[in-house]
Amino acid sequence: MTDTITGKVWVFGNDINTDLVIPNFAVHLARNEQPKHCFNANRPGWVDEVMPGDILIAGTNFGVGSARPIGDVFQQLGLSLILAESFNGLGLRNCINVGIPCLPCKDVASFFQEGEIAKVNWKTGAVRNETRGTEMKGQPLPRALTDIVDGGGVEPILRKEGFLPA
Amino acid sequence: MGMNAIEKILANHSEQEVVKPGDVVVVKIDTVVTFDSGRTQLQKIHDPDMLVLLHDHVVPAPNLAAANNAKKMREFVEKFKVKNYFPVGQHGISHVLVAEKGFALPGQILVNADSHTCSSGAMNCLARGMGPSEMTYITCKGQSWYMVGPTTKVVLEGRLREGVYPRDVIHYIAGVYGDFAGRNLEWYGPGLSTIDVDGRLTMATISAELSVEFSLFPYDDVLANYLEGRARKPFTPVHPDNDAEYEQVITIDLGAIEPQVVLPHYVAKNVRPLSELKGKKVDQCFIGSCANGRLSDFKVAADILRGRKVSPHTRFIVTPGSQDIMLEAIKAGYVSTLIEAGAVVTNSTCGACYGGHMGLLADGEVCLTASTRNFKGRMGSVSAEIYMASPATVAATAVTGFITGVEDLEKEVAA
Repeated sequence: MTDTITGKVWVFGNDINTDLVIPNFAVHLARNEQPKHCFNANRPGWVDEVMPGDILIAGTNFGVGSARPIGDVFQQLGLSLILAESFNGLGLRNCINVGIPCLPCKDVASFFQEGEIAKVNWKTGAVRNETRGTEMKGQPLPRALTDIVDGGGVEPILRKEGFLPA
Repeated sequence: MGMNAIEKILANHSEQEVVKPGDVVVVKIDTVVTFDSGRTQLQKIHDPDMLVLLHDHVVPAPNLAAANNAKKMREFVEKFKVKNYFPVGQHGISHVLVAEKGFALPGQILVNADSHTCSSGAMNCLARGMGPSEMTYITCKGQSWYMVGPTTKVVLEGRLREGVYPRDVIHYIAGVYGDFAGRNLEWYGPGLSTIDVDGRLTMATISAELSVEFSLFPYDDVLANYLEGRARKPFTPVHPDNDAEYEQVITIDLGAIEPQVVLPHYVAKNVRPLSELKGKKVDQCFIGSCANGRLSDFKVAADILRGRKVSPHTRFIVTPGSQDIMLEAIKAGYVSTLIEAGAVVTNSTCGACYGGHMGLLADGEVCLTASTRNFKGRMGSVSAEIYMASPATVAATAVTGFITGVEDLEKEVAA
């Protein structure tokens, strides 16, 4: 996992919840069907516009809600990084555990306008708005957590240790 | 500086003597709860006796996918010889069942594949939900990690006025203080002795909507009495050090709180006093879920509906949190009272709370619910609106079909 990530940003507001990412009716769909319904309730059509490598930016309390695997959906959509002003603990775990880089970053939602380019070192917390040439600093996750992301999430560990079939 | 109760439980389960905010602490897990499916491809697991398996979200199976998942759980139980298994018929909502059956215990750490796991904080048990891949990890390895956040101490004083419930207290806090993402709550104060375990379970459960990491209640006489003859294992309650450190102390005068209503779509700072919402037309009323599907909630609803009828302009669904609660509610006569009034009493399941397989809202409908979430689309149509309130407010509203306080009903009868 590269430490510096550059990509186009999508900006969402506060309290983005898990049910917006995976609506109830999609919980029991096949894994590869779930991303089609992401944010349909609050932002219809977004899944058709988001491109692999894009960065998601959100306000406070990102990922509030259920235990459903939101990280898996973001990973299938190809998001390269999530920046949020604050994360719900469970939402954060569900992103880290599948290997998605995350960076808590106070006031980040007002630092970017949608479509601008961000260049972010998620390990040091250096955030640059490439479009405007401005810089700010996030609050990087502890090493123990960035190591899980670098390892590709928890399942590769379980496979390596023989708990899951290789 | 000493540790608060949450930090002490984490320290007790780790190799660290001292735990403080900012630490990432690796801990041994005592109890692992999962539901509705099983990952049968696992080759080995840490300890089958630490597992509690059950069916709750979609019970009985409403479709083939759910039926096949339930079958995988039974295969998992067989493969790993899991003894703490609650098949359909002995089932209940996981958070209700682990309290009722004495698996969530003081001073211990419990994980569960559902986000309302913080419910067990009412038992002085450190509990939080985990996602699917992490549940697999813990089932295999018996350990996990926590990023330790700062803790707010909530001191409750006085007692709730008649018609105001623990559900209103947690809504009030959500309205005034907003979310506690990455942070913890510990509950203390003389007012706590007036709130029973059912009420604490409601408050701890709804703490998930405030994005807390942990919501921990103390081990006191109320909890000790509840656990008498119920606890499955010996346990050691944990109290904070005298010089424990808290990020802030919030003091709440219970007597000053009025009934609260959460507005649709999100919870943090989205709450109003009931008095401001009265008269809003409601299409569906629901009482149930891990927040409010308990016997005391049935009693509240039955007491309000006794001798009254559900408004023909609305529908009223009541769902017990477990088979035991269903049976007790039948024996106490609550179920007949509710059915005579025109309510639908369903089998025990998460059901309408999660919009999974029953009680869905149509396009543009309005629901007043004493369940867990008001998110857009949560209970059916994305154009539906979900308001949340205490079971008493929901039951009163079911009678009129408009958001109504219990006091207003009494006035109505007197007039």
